Amino acid sequence: MPTLTLNDAVGLALAEEMRRDHKVIAFGEGIATKRHELVTEFGALRVRNTPLAEGIIAGTAVGAAAGGLRPVADLLFAPFLCYAMDELVNSAGKLRYMSGGQFSFPLVTLAMTGAGWGIGAQHNHNIEAWFVHSPGLKVVMPSTPADARGLLKAAIRDDNPVVFLLDIGLLYQPGEVPHEADPMPLGQAATLRSGNDVSLISYGKTVHHCEQAAESLATEGITAEVIDLRSLKPLDEAAILATARKTGRVVVVHEANRLCGVGAEVAALLAEQAFTRLKAPVIRLGGPDAPVPSSFPLEQATVPQADAIAAAARRLSAPQPA
Amino acid sequence: MNTFSNAVEPLRLYEQLLLIRAYENAIVRGSTEGRIPGTCTSVGQEAAAVGAINALSADDLILTNHRSAGHLLARGADPGRMLAEVMGRRDGYCMGKSGSLHISVKELGVVLTTTIVGGELSLAPGVALAQTMQGRPGIVACFFGDGAACEGSFHESLNLAALWNLPVLYICENNQWQAFVHRREAMSRERVADWGAGYGIPVRTVDGNDVFAVLEATREAASQVRDTRRPALLEMTTYRTRGHFEPDDQGYVDKAELAAWLARDPIAICRDRLIAAGRLAPAADAELAARVDSRIATAVAFAAASPFPAVEELTLDVYA
Ligand SMILES: Cc1ncc(C[n+]2csc(CCOP(=O)(O)OP(=O)(O)O)c2C)c(N)n1
Ligand SMILES: [Mg+2]
Repeated sequence: MPTLTLNDAVGLALAEEMRRDHKVIAFGEGIATKRHELVTEFGALRVRNTPLAEGIIAGTAVGAAAGGLRPVADLLFAPFLCYAMDELVNSAGKLRYMSGGQFSFPLVTLAMTGAGWGIGAQHNHNIEAWFVHSPGLKVVMPSTPADARGLLKAAIRDDNPVVFLLDIGLLYQPGEVPHEADPMPLGQAATLRSGNDVSLISYGKTVHHCEQAAESLATEGITAEVIDLRSLKPLDEAAILATARKTGRVVVVHEANRLCGVGAEVAALLAEQAFTRLKAPVIRLGGPDAPVPSSFPLEQATVPQADAIAAAARRLSAPQPA
Repeated sequence: MNTFSNAVEPLRLYEQLLLIRAYENAIVRGSTEGRIPGTCTSVGQEAAAVGAINALSADDLILTNHRSAGHLLARGADPGRMLAEVMGRRDGYCMGKSGSLHISVKELGVVLTTTIVGGELSLAPGVALAQTMQGRPGIVACFFGDGAACEGSFHESLNLAALWNLPVLYICENNQWQAFVHRREAMSRERVADWGAGYGIPVRTVDGNDVFAVLEATREAASQVRDTRRPALLEMTTYRTRGHFEPDDQGYVDKAELAAWLARDPIAICRDRLIAAGRLAPAADAELAARVDSRIATAVAFAAASPFPAVEELTLDVYA
């Protein structure tokens, strides 16, 4: 299998989809500079640099999608999506419904987020839950290059607006990407490791921290199941419920603020539908209710690390008070 | 040349140019060696910063953006505390929370700095409103780039400031680039000043690489804002000679354009003018350079010795 970085896997998926469907176009702040090979192959009309103006970039994507194209808009960093919020939330997310189903909005917005660059809170803010909370939008956040490629292909083919988030900390990590070019359906979690004692449910870079935690737990005789959600909306509720019913112990982990984060939704789902099968309370590990600081050690401290995840799993695996 | 004679202390301006260049070069070296995080440097734009800041009064307030080292240093910020901030240390101006891109120094009147492009433009009218309604004399100087002028916030800001008679001096450093996109590819007009005129705001353009011309033009514009209590716009034409963010190989930059601007280096222009006017002897030049270098070396050592913040500080200052 070829090895690619997540960033290159995104480029590969864009090229494959643009080749397959001439309606796919890509624009954004510097995309024609940074992915110049796309301009070379598909021309300057289909791959464009834009003015620095997230609102009109997103709005143009929404309008073009309604008009029959399949735009991919690169908005660089997740906090910049704040300038595009109206277009994404009020238009892309609502106008299909509000028009009684007359229009659809097959568009993808790409944005990077997460710790790893130490560049501060206006570049690093994990706001994925905001979009999960907004009707009409799908939300994807892959943890490997292979998933990024497969999920991006599905997102581009999807008839709904998809917010596609790229974890900065994973962007330049290499990973194997299969030769087959099939899209991966949105809304399917991946079981990365099977176990019977505790479930570690996550997405983005903390999936890898869960895998490291599972390794160390294994040496202590605790077998952990690691689930990568991959897509946050649709959320693979069946996979979440299945692993919880199997192990009875769940740690949900993400880098985003714990308060009203995706982990809260997972915990609520388990309380509602798997309560009797839980052997211990669900533990959520997430970032603090604070903007992400630039200073390296503080930035790292916002991210649930493998040690903390393993410690939580151990707590759950110890005999619970009656 | 007439502008030159108006500069009170031309050598002080020159020394500030040298200081900014040395500061940025220390970051470039440090980031190449992995000691200092990379950042957006202002190399090539030193004259714009020094000329504009020196034309402002102590009671004026400044808003700036990610490429702000020149503004801060010209305003008198301590390079040691700035570097400590860049390195995420406890002695940084923002206690390591900011890093390089959003350093504010309230005591120097650098009241808000944001790396959301156009963010400073959104905030400037409100800062000016607070000045006006509380009877404070200072005007608001809002520094931004040509890229920021493409954001809706630029247009909304100018309209409101004009409508409400707010004393904002909009200072655009048009450095020809908006990260990896040339302004030619992103603007419907050649100049940001053309847009300002559309809002009925008095506009000026100036050679941003001539520190004396910038000083003069900013003085004129600032006194206009001070006298009329209405906004004005000053566009400084300059060039970002080191790329967007360190490291940047500038593979996408037109070589001839870069070479032409490197030949108009703001420091060389200033030095030549001072020498021609008999104000700078080679020995004095070397002395200034040595003084600046030692100041920066001290600053680097100070920053490197500063501790990282304690993890408990992670949630400090989130709420008032
Ligand atoms: C809202 C927003 N969009 C995009 C960016 C990424 N970005 C940072 S600086 C920059 C270029 C800004 O260009 P300009 O305003 O001309 O300032 P310059 O960098 O040239 O000094 C970009 C695109 C950002 N920080 N904020
Ligand atoms: Mg610029």
